[in-house]
Amino acid sequence: METKFIEEKAKEIRREIIKMLGEAKSGHPGGSLSGADIIAALYYKEMKLDPANPKWEGRDRFVLSKGHAAPLLYSVLALKNYFKIDILKTLRKTGSILQGHPDMNKVPGVEMSTGSLGQGFSAAVGMALSFKIYNKENRVYALLGDGECQEGIVWEAAMAAAHYNLDNLVAILDNNGLQIDGKCSEVMCLGSLHNKWTAFGFHVIDVDGHKIDQIIDAFDEARTIKGKPTLILAKTIKGKGVSFMEDRAEWHGSAPSMEQVILALEELK
Amino acid sequence: MEQIATRDAYGKALRKLGLNNDDIIVLDADLSKSTKTADFQKVNPKHFVNVGIAEQNLMGIAAGIAATGKIPFASTFAMFATGRAFEIIRNSIAYPKLNVKIVATHSGVSVGEDGGSHAAIEDISLMRSVPNMTVIVPADGVETEKVIEKIVKYKGPVYVRLGRSKVPVIYDDSYEFEIGKFSTLKAGSDVTIIACGIMVAKALEAADILKDKGINAEVINASTIKPFDDIAVIESVKKTKCVVTAEEHNIYGGLGSAVSEVLVRNFPAPLEMVGVMDVFGESGAPEELLEKFKLTTNEIVNKVELVFKRK
Repeated sequence: METKFIEEKAKEIRREIIKMLGEAKSGHPGGSLSGADIIAALYYKEMKLDPANPKWEGRDRFVLSKGHAAPLLYSVLALKNYFKIDILKTLRKTGSILQGHPDMNKVPGVEMSTGSLGQGFSAAVGMALSFKIYNKENRVYALLGDGECQEGIVWEAAMAAAHYNLDNLVAILDNNGLQIDGKCSEVMCLGSLHNKWTAFGFHVIDVDGHKIDQIIDAFDEARTIKGKPTLILAKTIKGKGVSFMEDRAEWHGSAPSMEQVILALEELK
Repeated sequence: MEQIATRDAYGKALRKLGLNNDDIIVLDADLSKSTKTADFQKVNPKHFVNVGIAEQNLMGIAAGIAATGKIPFASTFAMFATGRAFEIIRNSIAYPKLNVKIVATHSGVSVGEDGGSHAAIEDISLMRSVPNMTVIVPADGVETEKVIEKIVKYKGPVYVRLGRSKVPVIYDDSYEFEIGKFSTLKAGSDVTIIACGIMVAKALEAADILKDKGINAEVINASTIKPFDDIAVIESVKKTKCVVTAEEHNIYGGLGSAVSEVLVRNFPAPLEMVGVMDVFGESGAPEELLEKFKLTTNEIVNKVELVFKRK
């Protein structure tokens, strides 16, 4: 029942992503679509939030470290009523609150300005560390890309998260295997992400990033892990949900035409 | 004259904060004994975070802490804070206007024996070019303590530039520091000397020498490089009609540039700069290096005599 509901929400998120990018005529569909199930599970089940009071002190924090997937975050925030859904049409346009990459001072519900890869994760570690120091219950979630793991700061931050025993931190790795220039394995091989994150001191959980049940179970498991941070290694498909975008690097950073928007929405009914 | 390094004054100010302000978290990247953040760690170890040798993550973590409403102080050497971690400061601290206090030590060629790889001569220029950033260069230990007290109350990103070596104490405890306000240390009518950091004490010495030569110099401490006190510069130079700037920093992009920018727009006047002449630092005893790079009282006197002739 609950799974069905979240799956439906993920589909709604995907529809908004497609519409928004079609309207904007630029942006990043592939990596936005691959994270839709993860973000739906976070915002419709896992996180403590109060959209009517976006600065509520007790809220959990979500940081979109792969900031180029801004349409993913904007969609869920609009659907959760952080702002009016009509605003999605203004994505990337002059004067819009919806910048190409998320701006925490412009958009209600955005917890950290991101876009330069790796930095959001570092900030998420800072948030989790602050909550630890002040004995707060808030949890911190960060969504990273796999290509993003080529940034050195990701590993600096990972080391610190383990060193400071941040069991209030859950990183989710949207492992779609592609980046702008092609396959991650060909651009700059990441090796075994499972082994790397384990070696850096994380509790690593492998899931299918499009199976809501698996994602939710992983979040539940993360809550039981004490003394170390968790990484959910989510195997995903770039462009998931739109057949002609799936697993194609060229959909990393180009927007669909109006015809393509119509085709995509047909598939996402 | 009593001498104290600005980094030691920072340690003293942090100790006070560690005992009195629960919102402060101090971070360092494996240089806590040199930056003096270890002084804070002694009094409030729970609020001290060592991130290891990882300056990018130092700034990213500080940004995250600020995003939870706390006040992080991030310290390391000026070279690594503003050079290594520049883009994290730019995108994760300044762009979202997060309340991070970056207090960097070991700036300029007076780093000494560590040499050119460690002597930041570009940091003022880098930090002043970033929107939302406030840039402060205290002149002595007293001013450093006042600056730290003030920036805790100011909400927004701040870069404070401190040094390794001891410098003369020029202020007494009655001094009131205000962000964005220069202080005139000596009134004069013939030439304006605008200095920052370790060059302020030298500017005062230069003014004494100049007095014997019949030149009455006004000495201004430009401790806030951004926001710049345009009015103080214009008012003084309107009176004196010429100016010498003095800084332990590259002549490109620092105090000399800032003064020039204000004057060409408002009141063009002859200007000479004392600073690092677009070369890297090197190893040596700090005082010897300051001589070698012409960051001296005598050089200020020379430049004043030069600019005076151009009036």
